[in-house]
Amino acid sequence: MFVAEIYIRLKKEVADPQGLTVKSALSSLGYRNLEEVRIGKIVNIKLEAGSKKEAEREVEEMCRRLLSNPVIEEYQFKVRRE
Amino acid sequence: MMRFGIVVFPGSNCDADCFFLIKNILSMPVEYIWHKQTDLDGFDCVILPGGFSYGDYLRTGAIARFSPIMPAIVEFAQRGGLVIGICNGFQILLETGLLPGAMLTNAHSRFICSEVYLKVENTNTPFTHLCRDRSVLKIPIAHNQGNYYIDKKGLEEINRDKQIVFRYSDKKGEVSRASNPNGSVENIAGIVNKQGNVLGMMPHPERAGERILGSEDGLFIFDSVIKWLEK
Repeated sequence: MFVAEIYIRLKKEVADPQGLTVKSALSSLGYRNLEEVRIGKIVNIKLEAGSKKEAEREVEEMCRRLLSNPVIEEYQFKVRRE
Repeated sequence: MMRFGIVVFPGSNCDADCFFLIKNILSMPVEYIWHKQTDLDGFDCVILPGGFSYGDYLRTGAIARFSPIMPAIVEFAQRGGLVIGICNGFQILLETGLLPGAMLTNAHSRFICSEVYLKVENTNTPFTHLCRDRSVLKIPIAHNQGNYYIDKKGLEEINRDKQIVFRYSDKKGEVSRASNPNGSVENIAGIVNKQGNVLGMMPHPERAGERILGSEDGLFIFDSVIKWLEK
């Protein structure tokens, strides 16, 4: 069994309204030293695969086809055996 | 006789509004198409309605894009069939890649439900050719993810190819930052594909089809389609 942890975030050049809202909420709590807040997603997937390489290939494909939108997002992931 | 089809996904909620308008106001044949169907035989215009398909999980439209009906919609569009995506329908068309760009959360992170004015930028489409003497439409929006994004190169392309059909404007058709409700790039509210037969728009024309609703301007779009198909 393999476990993949996938991080999906908005590309740098894409504005993040959610992050901006959270930043202003944090500021109102007294945190005045904030440069930027950006919010992303984490997807955890457990999967069967013949090898780590095969699991990585499959996760890569999932990221490309469904989990991320290449117009606005980028992704990275780590796969480990469990 | 031309026939309209309205695709119903789990979580669609403007399907009945579209159906009512086409059947009762425009007196045209219309049918619901459940998203598990796989063919579109006999339809002339297919509408992907607004709503929250699959609860907007992952990204708006991201799951609906893999519904069983979608390959038929892509094929229908490629054959030149008329497709209209309204609000969530627009988001689905973006995820499918039938239209370029993507949607982000509104710039002020608020759900916006209000009437807006739209400057019709391209009247040379099946959806807007009756707007030649009527360049500003009053149509409501209701969305949380209508902040249209496209990269610089894509933006140049859709401007060059006249794919931008509607921009948010004021009553007089003035397009400015003040008339932009959601942060959308260049006030974009609706676009067509390069071939001009697939329209995506965030505003809801089906909610502007009777005087009692505050505007009948949505009819310009549906009447344009009907006239176009009659030709």
